[in-house]
Amino acid sequence: MESKVNKYSKQLIIINSIFIIFWLTISVFPFLWTLWGSLKVKADFFSRADWYYAISGFNTLIETGRNFTLNGYIESWTEGEFGRAALNTIIVTISVVSISLFLGTLGAYALSRSTYKYTFWILIAALIFRAMPHITLVSGYLFPFFQFGVWGILPTTIIVLVAINQPFTLWLLYSFFKTVPKELDESALIDGCSYFQAFRFIIMPVMWPGVITAGLFSLMLAYNDFTVTALLLNQENYTMVPKINAYLGTVEYGGNYMWAVASVVSATAPLFMIVMFFQRQLISGLTAGAVKG
Amino acid sequence: MPHKTFFWFFFPSGLAMVLFIGLPIFSSFFQSLHIEPEQILIEVETCDPFGCETEVQVDQEATALARAENPLGRFNGLETYKDRNHLAFGEVKEAWVSTNNFSDFMKKVLNLPFYKSLLFTLTFCFSVTPCVIVLGFIVALSVNVLAKSIKGMVIFGTILPMIVTPLIGSLVLFWMIDSQGILGATIQIIFDDPNLSLKSSKKLTWITLIIYGIWHNTPFAFVVFYAGLQTVPQDPMEAAVIDGASRSQRVRHIVLPHLYPVATFIALICLMDNFRVFEPIIGFSAEGVAQSLSWMIYKDLRNETLMLFGSAGATSMLTILGVGILLTPVLIRTWKEFKTER
Repeated sequence: MESKVNKYSKQLIIINSIFIIFWLTISVFPFLWTLWGSLKVKADFFSRADWYYAISGFNTLIETGRNFTLNGYIESWTEGEFGRAALNTIIVTISVVSISLFLGTLGAYALSRSTYKYTFWILIAALIFRAMPHITLVSGYLFPFFQFGVWGILPTTIIVLVAINQPFTLWLLYSFFKTVPKELDESALIDGCSYFQAFRFIIMPVMWPGVITAGLFSLMLAYNDFTVTALLLNQENYTMVPKINAYLGTVEYGGNYMWAVASVVSATAPLFMIVMFFQRQLISGLTAGAVKG
Repeated sequence: MPHKTFFWFFFPSGLAMVLFIGLPIFSSFFQSLHIEPEQILIEVETCDPFGCETEVQVDQEATALARAENPLGRFNGLETYKDRNHLAFGEVKEAWVSTNNFSDFMKKVLNLPFYKSLLFTLTFCFSVTPCVIVLGFIVALSVNVLAKSIKGMVIFGTILPMIVTPLIGSLVLFWMIDSQGILGATIQIIFDDPNLSLKSSKKLTWITLIIYGIWHNTPFAFVVFYAGLQTVPQDPMEAAVIDGASRSQRVRHIVLPHLYPVATFIALICLMDNFRVFEPIIGFSAEGVAQSLSWMIYKDLRNETLMLFGSAGATSMLTILGVGILLTPVLIRTWKEFKTER
């Protein structure tokens, strides 16, 4: 029913459009600007004389003979070994997503189907765990990890990220499982399925939207993590985000800014594409906790 | 579901959480009770043509050996909590005695590392959160009005600041507000002050960090509010239109009350997440003037010569205490919800 509720005056529409354009500028422009700047030389992107150089590419033309340059990308991916970091990120992300989904779906299914009181306490504990600043956990890991000699390698980081990710995954999947009617698996149990069979063959096939949402959040956490990866990995095993930080300040790379700018773009582009693809799931996940409450 | 089945379903996930979230908290606490072995000093006599001198040096070998033998260091009780870098009881007492009025006393106390970090962390939390809620609500209202065909695109653009990691997000902004970047240079031109830089003063750096925080968190508030707006009941809206309520009246008396629980949810998540602020400080290279609790822990663990496990552990425990205080309202709310469900 299209009613008066959804009728807007012309004035409102104009003000609204201006505001939206203003807002989009704030949220999108910095990324476009960085993309543009990554194709210039440092003297242009951080130009002391006149920032208009960044647009005209004055120094880029002098230094490279063309208006745009891919030097930042080429150098960071070869000399800067950014490719290695990208590979590490891919390994970490895929492992974290698959393991945490596996553990999370099992755990959340059990939580949603059990009627005992302890499920409540487990969920509360998960909520508290969710609130822990990651760095406080890392300060607890470092010492034992040094002692056991497992510091610096990818598998340790993967397991840690899976664990850190569990509370949120559990809550998210729990709220999704709650929306699947109990009668569905109860009837399967009556027909002689075991709990695991009911879970695997009856519930999981209707749970895909929830699983994708949870997977997307695990992906973002693993892909974006800085705290854990910067402190638990050694230099050679760095993933992309700590690597970018390393370009900025360490002696080894001499604070090579344009490498950092180029690698920021290289690291952000795939993430944006994934999110564009799965946008709807992402939003349904964000709102899962809120709309009910 | 029988206990046994539940156990096996939940076991892997539970084990991961206990081992890597539960235990580290204890491990942190245990570390905080210890202190690193002191450096072993020896007197060395160095002779040159002008005579001999004795000087005190660090005996690297013996120190390394002592550290290898007992890496955790010696038991120190709660002393680490009381030292200058944490609660600093001694210094606070001293400040209380030596100053005459309250503002001088506060000034002195807030210069101590822990209290300085606490002040920044809390300022950040409590200035970002309200702005995020208001701005997120406004953006949600105006996106909701848009035509369906462009909604998807606008939403995608809006959520970009949220999906990049804080480190990258803050770098992207930092490069713009750098005195040689586009915004920084423009601001210099506008105020006609070639030395004006957002990095130069403490106040401006704090404001920059807070603006960054708002930029990064608003999309989350927007998404949640936007979803909430879809559930606003239509009947009272129709009734309000018939009764002649204006748009702002409808928003105030129907939409806002409906979204109140959603707003509290956003507030709590925002407070929780911003309490751990630390990546923007690195991204904006603001270590000099803005330190947060998480950043203090990072600094201890990144110490060049020796990782200060004790000090990091103590700060961690104090941070967790802070999180606990922030979390109490959420826990009470969840408990009430759970009770009404039964």
